[in-house]
Amino acid sequence: MSESPTSSKTSRLLGVAVALGAIALVLLAFIAVEPDVRINAETGQEIGQFDAVRLLFVHVPAALIAYLAFTVTTVGSAVVLWKRSVWWDVVAGASAEIGALCAALTLITGSIWGRPIWNTWWEWGDVRLLTTLVLFMLSLGYLAVRRLEGTATERARRSAIVGLLLFLNVVIVNRSVEWWASQTLHQKSTIADATIEGNTLFTLFFAMVVGVGAYVWMMIHRFRLAWLERMSDRFGTDDLLAARRAEADDHARIASAVGGTSPEGESS
Amino acid sequence: MVEARPRVGGAAQAVLVAKKDLRIEARSRVAINQVVPFALLVLVLFGFALDADTAALRNFAPGLFWLAVLLAAVLAVHRSVSVESGDGVGDALLLAGLRPDAVFVGKTLALGGQLLALAVVLLGGIVVLYGASIEDAGLLVITLIAAVIGIASTGTVYGALLAGQQARETVLPMLLLPVLSPVLIAATRAWGDAMGTVATDGWAWLALLAGFAAIYSLVGAMSYGTLLEAAHV
Repeated sequence: MSESPTSSKTSRLLGVAVALGAIALVLLAFIAVEPDVRINAETGQEIGQFDAVRLLFVHVPAALIAYLAFTVTTVGSAVVLWKRSVWWDVVAGASAEIGALCAALTLITGSIWGRPIWNTWWEWGDVRLLTTLVLFMLSLGYLAVRRLEGTATERARRSAIVGLLLFLNVVIVNRSVEWWASQTLHQKSTIADATIEGNTLFTLFFAMVVGVGAYVWMMIHRFRLAWLERMSDRFGTDDLLAARRAEADDHARIASAVGGTSPEGESS
Repeated sequence: MVEARPRVGGAAQAVLVAKKDLRIEARSRVAINQVVPFALLVLVLFGFALDADTAALRNFAPGLFWLAVLLAAVLAVHRSVSVESGDGVGDALLLAGLRPDAVFVGKTLALGGQLLALAVVLLGGIVVLYGASIEDAGLLVITLIAAVIGIASTGTVYGALLAGQQARETVLPMLLLPVLSPVLIAATRAWGDAMGTVATDGWAWLALLAGFAAIYSLVGAMSYGTLLEAAHV
């Protein structure tokens, strides 16, 4: 196996553990967990989420990681502004990328789940849906700002400000959307009244553990990659400077070999 | 400071900056010649998109109005930033000893003034084109002012962050529009009440708008110095 510059023994172990966990999760989700079917006591009809309940094992961990990741981004942004930390700048950026990915995954799996259960791909009355969607869009804006030009310091400070405002904006959007939905649509978040128990509960818990493991593993690699990019930027300049100095030294050496004196010597 | 010189208070500094921006606008006429026609065009396009359904247009007039204002505001923010970033005006303002928070307030006032003028024209537009009627003028006007302060302060904050950036034209709407979604919601609801198209408590929505405007004005005034430093000018 060839050595990857972003992996270490620990990250490889974690990666293998997460991969095995993911395989176990698929087995659990499709074999151990029964479809959610209950009987309505009054009508005798079959109700429940049926096979759609299995989407929970992707949807819930993705949502958890998305919010966890953006919390890390906000904390990182605060530390960047406070202590001018390069380390936290790289962490904030890496975490936001994973957060955006997980927010998208949350929205997609939620939408697929909503089609059979709520009979609609999208529900304007659900505050969490709207907040997550706006959060996803805000995060794309944050990532766009990270890619803007400027020196590393300028970019770090600018991103940190947008990262801090990200948190403020999510809170404001969440509050206003909640109010909007309660005043206009008259439909509260339609969480199915099923109680989660047995294998389903265990699998859900297991899925969250695997999810957090995957987040940490992705963070390690994304962080190291971004860190190497930083270093290559910095050392790239140093190398160029060293090359220029060597060139100047060569000229001086040639001049002294030919004329016996260096250019400086001639002028003095 | 070597020489004593006439001290100019923060409020006077803000007025100076606002007057400077408005004077540039009055002479270049970008807002009047480009931004206002664009916003009116958007109103006409909404009419086409909704198949000139008069009842629908009247019902959705507040939302369409505020959407047109937001889109035009993106253009106005670009303009407000670009008069600053050319020739290093931003640096010059700070070197001249102006307080960053006064610069923020001044730019917000100038931008807000332009947006207010734009909104008045657009209000005429929705009355004529969509048949909107005004039932509560007080609520309408106060909502307008609160929303414009919210949009102008947010626009000034994000505009400053992107000053001097090549990619500003594409990144600014991406940053600004999701942030302003609460303003769109609240202003639309409040105007819906003021125009009698929805049964809701418009004054409660006005409170939300005022809160938003207050938060962003505060954030902007407190962080503008840092923003200017962080921006690549």
